[in-house]
Amino acid sequence: MQSFNVHTGLVAPIDRANVDTDLIIPKQFLKSIRRAGFGPNLFDSLRYLDEGQPDQDCSSRPLNPDFVLNAQRYAGASILLARQNFGCGSSREHAPWALEDFGIRVIIAPSFADIFFNNCFKNGLLPIVIEAEIVESLFAVTGANEGYSLTVDLPAQEVRGPEGLRIPFEVDSFRKHCLLNGLDDIGLTLEESARIRDFEAAHLKRWPWLDRQTA
Amino acid sequence: MARTLYDKLWDAHLVHQRDDGTALLYIDRHLIHEVTSPQAFEGLALAGRAPWRLAANLAVPDHNVSTDPQERRGGYAAMTDEVSRIQLQTLDDNCKRFGIHEIPLADRRQGIVHVVGPETGAVLPGMTVVCGDSHTSTHGALGCLAHGIGTSEVEHVLATQCLVTRKMKNMLVRVDGRLGAGVTAKDLVLAVIGEIGTAGGTGYAIEFGGEAVRALSMEGRMTVCNMAIEAGARAGLVAVDESTITYVKGREFAPQGEIWEQAVAVWQGLHSDEAASFDRVVVLDASRIEPQVTWGNSPEMVLGISGQVPDPSVISDLDRRGSVERALSYMGLRAGQSITDIALDRVFIGSCTNSRIEDLRDAAVVARGRHKASSVKQVLVVPGSGQVKAQAEAEGLDRIFLDAGFEWREPGCSMCLAMNADKLMPGEHCASTSNRNFEGRQGFGGRTHLVSPAMAAAAAISGTFVDVRQMLAGE
Ligand code: SF4
Repeated sequence: MQSFNVHTGLVAPIDRANVDTDLIIPKQFLKSIRRAGFGPNLFDSLRYLDEGQPDQDCSSRPLNPDFVLNAQRYAGASILLARQNFGCGSSREHAPWALEDFGIRVIIAPSFADIFFNNCFKNGLLPIVIEAEIVESLFAVTGANEGYSLTVDLPAQEVRGPEGLRIPFEVDSFRKHCLLNGLDDIGLTLEESARIRDFEAAHLKRWPWLDRQTA
Repeated sequence: MARTLYDKLWDAHLVHQRDDGTALLYIDRHLIHEVTSPQAFEGLALAGRAPWRLAANLAVPDHNVSTDPQERRGGYAAMTDEVSRIQLQTLDDNCKRFGIHEIPLADRRQGIVHVVGPETGAVLPGMTVVCGDSHTSTHGALGCLAHGIGTSEVEHVLATQCLVTRKMKNMLVRVDGRLGAGVTAKDLVLAVIGEIGTAGGTGYAIEFGGEAVRALSMEGRMTVCNMAIEAGARAGLVAVDESTITYVKGREFAPQGEIWEQAVAVWQGLHSDEAASFDRVVVLDASRIEPQVTWGNSPEMVLGISGQVPDPSVISDLDRRGSVERALSYMGLRAGQSITDIALDRVFIGSCTNSRIEDLRDAAVVARGRHKASSVKQVLVVPGSGQVKAQAEAEGLDRIFLDAGFEWREPGCSMCLAMNADKLMPGEHCASTSNRNFEGRQGFGGRTHLVSPAMAAAAAISGTFVDVRQMLAGE
């Protein structure tokens, strides 16, 4: 996993609540057995005017001129500004994979769906929960200023912007540690193998019906 | 200290509470399907790791499979969608390679993973259950702690038998009184989502209780827990009672003999203590719930059958007005129009929400002796598993559906998410018994209305939404 420390990038606004994972990456792309290459299909049904197919070359597809990420001024954006309940719906990790592949590193919203929020951290993406009123003001200032950028400082847990803007944010200390160091948490959990084995032995003895092969 | 059901399940599986607030939770059952697992197996192989406890895992292909009887008879060789075939083949290959038990496509028990789990007894009360699929919440109906996980976590569970997680908060949704005739578990849960919203349960495990929930069959409880995730909650729960124990008894992988008795004794304690406190309690009156229909692109955009879709011009909150306008425009509806004026192009009866035998019986009661409206192009009935299909055929339900002009298919996810050939065309309206009405969910540009199986069948017959209670009155 790529690590995350301090990131400065262009901000793009996705101005709708309850953006679901079907919107982030439609189901036809979930047939892939790979982890990479989903970027061109991020927000596929909003971004293009036709229906995308897996393994299609997207460069010649008709773009939806009204979709915000297609606007020239947001080209190269790496910070998404979003509304409440971002990432609701399915558990598909293809959603953060697509965002990451597209070049997004940070998503700022007043709230996120649980599974999506969790999946982001596993992929070097930082979802930041910020109070709705502040998010509202960020929407206004992003819309009004072409090229509006923010700096996200994970060690300091702070978003910084022009004119002395500083917005503190919360992040779970374990997740922060993993992100800062680009750590795979399987390795960390396996350091506790002995503990897991002890628990398991007692648990399966106490509830012997659990250890049956379903064959 | 008095504990909730969720607290009890958490405590029974807690390997280690870390100082930073995260915890290692032991996983009893890991269900696997073809869409969210290939990258996890690849990661496992790359790291040279083996599954921690093979017997904890069970795989079933469901999302991509064809439901066309002809195509199914030919196995993989007959599959017309090459990309799907590769993904299904990859699941088989991975299961063989790692020694994981799979119920393959050709097995008579194959079906949607959330239908197969409980019906085979692979999922038992008190278990922690995870799957790379958000509707894993379904299994909470058996008094399990069950929730969806992402692919990285699939790999983590395969490798360590644990999940790194944080304890959720407790919510109780208590539905008092009784549901009226013709009003089902689906209507109950849609009404709950209408009440608390799609983010209302975020951060919570929701326990469903109250007289109306106790009165539901196990299948009805599965329908309710299935949609807990649509209310934002990763996990839904129902306390174990006699219905639970009766349901589990005798299932293929359920314990027997002395171990059965031992298990039952433990399971009987799987309910919230009388004095347990919840972080949030929501109370609904079942007798006020009418058959529900969603009109927009979020499950919270739901109304009773007698309702009219909202008029954005009278909504003062600008965000809400905007989302109503966008939903009406996507759905091709007029502000203020009656739900009963919505005409349907297709009807889908299936999905892990409503494809069990009782759901098919509910639909068959409506379809019996009637015929689909000529304006409705297609009515798909897709049983949730091979066992459901066999049972329905033994009861003659397939004949009722075929005589009504419905199609009788092979088990799978089908038009719930349209990864296979079963999908809507742009602009088409569908009465669907599935769980998500997101834009494009059932096909690019498709318009989904979530309803119960009885309401879906009634819509198929009349061509527009109707109150199924009126259709059945006098019978
Ligand atoms: S039926 Fe639908 S919701 Fe259920 S597992 Fe399949 S795709 Fe997911």
